[in-house]
Amino acid sequence: MMKTAKLALSIGAILAISTGTFTAQAENMVPVKAMADALHLVMDSDRTIYTRKIVNRLVKKEKVIKASEHFEDDKALVLPAQMFRFGAEMVKQRSENMPDVNFSYSLQSLWPINKQNAPKTDAEKEGLKFVADNKGKNFYTEEVLGGQKYFTAVYADTGVAPVCISCHNDHKDTPKTDFKIGDVMGGVVIRIPVDG
Amino acid sequence: MTKNKNTLIWKIWLSLALILIIYFSYTLLTGKDKSIFMPGELTGGHHQIGIACEACHSESFSDEDAMQERCVSCHGDQRKKPFDSHPKAKFTDPRNADRLEKINAVYCVTCHAEHKPELASKAGVTQPEDFCIHCHQDIAKDRPSHKGMEFETCASAGCHNYHNNRSLYTEFLVKHMDKPELLDKRTVPEKEFASVLDEIMSYPHDRYPVKKLSLKEIDAPLKAQFKTTDKIRNDWLNTAHAKAGANCTSCHTVVDENKESSWVDKPDHTACAQCHYVEVKHFMQGKHGMRLKQNLSPMTTEMARLPMKPSAAGKQLECNSCHSAHTYELKSASVDACLDCHNDKHSLAYKDSPHYQLWLKEQSGELPEGSGVSCATCHMPRVAVDVNDWLRRTVVQHNQNATLVPNEKMIRPACNHCHGLGFTIDSLADETLINNNFNGKPSIHIRSIDLAREDYLRHLKKTGGDPD
Repeated sequence: MMKTAKLALSIGAILAISTGTFTAQAENMVPVKAMADALHLVMDSDRTIYTRKIVNRLVKKEKVIKASEHFEDDKALVLPAQMFRFGAEMVKQRSENMPDVNFSYSLQSLWPINKQNAPKTDAEKEGLKFVADNKGKNFYTEEVLGGQKYFTAVYADTGVAPVCISCHNDHKDTPKTDFKIGDVMGGVVIRIPVDG
Repeated sequence: MTKNKNTLIWKIWLSLALILIIYFSYTLLTGKDKSIFMPGELTGGHHQIGIACEACHSESFSDEDAMQERCVSCHGDQRKKPFDSHPKAKFTDPRNADRLEKINAVYCVTCHAEHKPELASKAGVTQPEDFCIHCHQDIAKDRPSHKGMEFETCASAGCHNYHNNRSLYTEFLVKHMDKPELLDKRTVPEKEFASVLDEIMSYPHDRYPVKKLSLKEIDAPLKAQFKTTDKIRNDWLNTAHAKAGANCTSCHTVVDENKESSWVDKPDHTACAQCHYVEVKHFMQGKHGMRLKQNLSPMTTEMARLPMKPSAAGKQLECNSCHSAHTYELKSASVDACLDCHNDKHSLAYKDSPHYQLWLKEQSGELPEGSGVSCATCHMPRVAVDVNDWLRRTVVQHNQNATLVPNEKMIRPACNHCHGLGFTIDSLADETLINNNFNGKPSIHIRSIDLAREDYLRHLKKTGGDPD
């Protein structure tokens, strides 16, 4: 039987954060797997919208601005992967004073441009390989890091737009240059601390 | 007899112990100067505020988070992206738990331990120089140009800066690698305060609407007006203050807790902060104003560890020390105010430098505004600052340390307005050139641009790209 997450945050609460239309049911405990799935759904949808409606539209369709890793210096749009990471960093920062809300997430790849985003733990290595080899399936496990037990979920990260593919294939630090639309390019790793 | 002698010794011992206990307890609980408890000398960054233990130790000494909060309260602005390439947020993911066991990069004191001057580098770093190895041990695989390099050289060879890497990252090096020693256009950013006043929400627009004032409109109370001279009135009339509606009471009024306002003859930095909040905030982050932030008396030249001129003995550092009251002269604040006190080789060589010649030409009108190089041009440059989450504006960086140690922090805010990147990196690494105030050319060459070029050309070759 799946354990429940430490954080008493319902799916309703998450959707409320995302859409502003649902009423939070903070008293309900949800299974940790459902919790991770819901978090991923929000993250993935937000990033897909940013990639399609903002980056790809303005860069590729309307050709009015660039997207750049060095967006401050280049006066350009933040890359979708960076937007995702900045969100992860802000969540970590904002949740520091919220003891009931404790989770972390990151974007990683077996073919990372920044090598610091290569899988590090055994769970990450196994999970990223699993989602790349088993399209459409997620990977769930438990691991202990720094003395804390975590429920760890890995979700495939798929190239949804031409900008994802061209940017990764052309980057000077990429170890893989033949990504195509629909390819698994990496994975989102979500960790939720659990008792035990 | 022996018993009586022993009793006497015990009484003396107990009395002395009691006196010491009372003395230490009194100092600890009420005394301002607690330096007697200090376990070791402080570094140059903190020695001025050593008597205010609570500046760093607000809570229990063992509470790392509380101490970190104190670090951030002064250094936080510089520890955010893009000014910090290793902010705390980079390390708090559980996947980095094993790394934090080796080097806990979440806390400043892990690398900047205080009270251990024997371990501290010029930048106050107390970790061994090869600390990058903990996370970047495989760098030679990703950057073939780095093969065979020792990890001691990452930061010490002029190539990388753990925090502010803005002028040293690979793409920046490549983008600027072929820039000449002197750029075609050589001016610093223009002043901006007056043109963005409307956007500054904290500016007291209601009390002092922007309009040109005349001598007739002086609003000092009669009692104060008797004490003023024609010189003071005329000095004020010629300032930007008078032209922008800042009347006598703008600076000479303090508002107490009950929102009651009263006249003060000698206003301090809090008066300036009413309109120049960002400048004063930065001033108090640097060595010139850090004592004011801790509610200590202003810094004096005697407190400095850098050589100061004997003629400047006893001088205090407040806003008015450089920006004379009522004239608010900016030109003398950019050179004379600095040289009145500073007595080191670099300062003494300034007036023989090409930079000073440019400054003289700007003052004589031979060169356009912003093309001369004063002390402030490099040490208090005009920089774009996010004054809040929604507004960015050009301000004079009054924290002189923001561009000083390590000196690569000066590249973008100052040097690169006139000089190409390669020339700048080499110059800033040349101690002799620094001492003679950049009178000549660098005799040292830093390889960072060469390595970036090597990696860039290798990539082009692999992808069939065109170097031009």
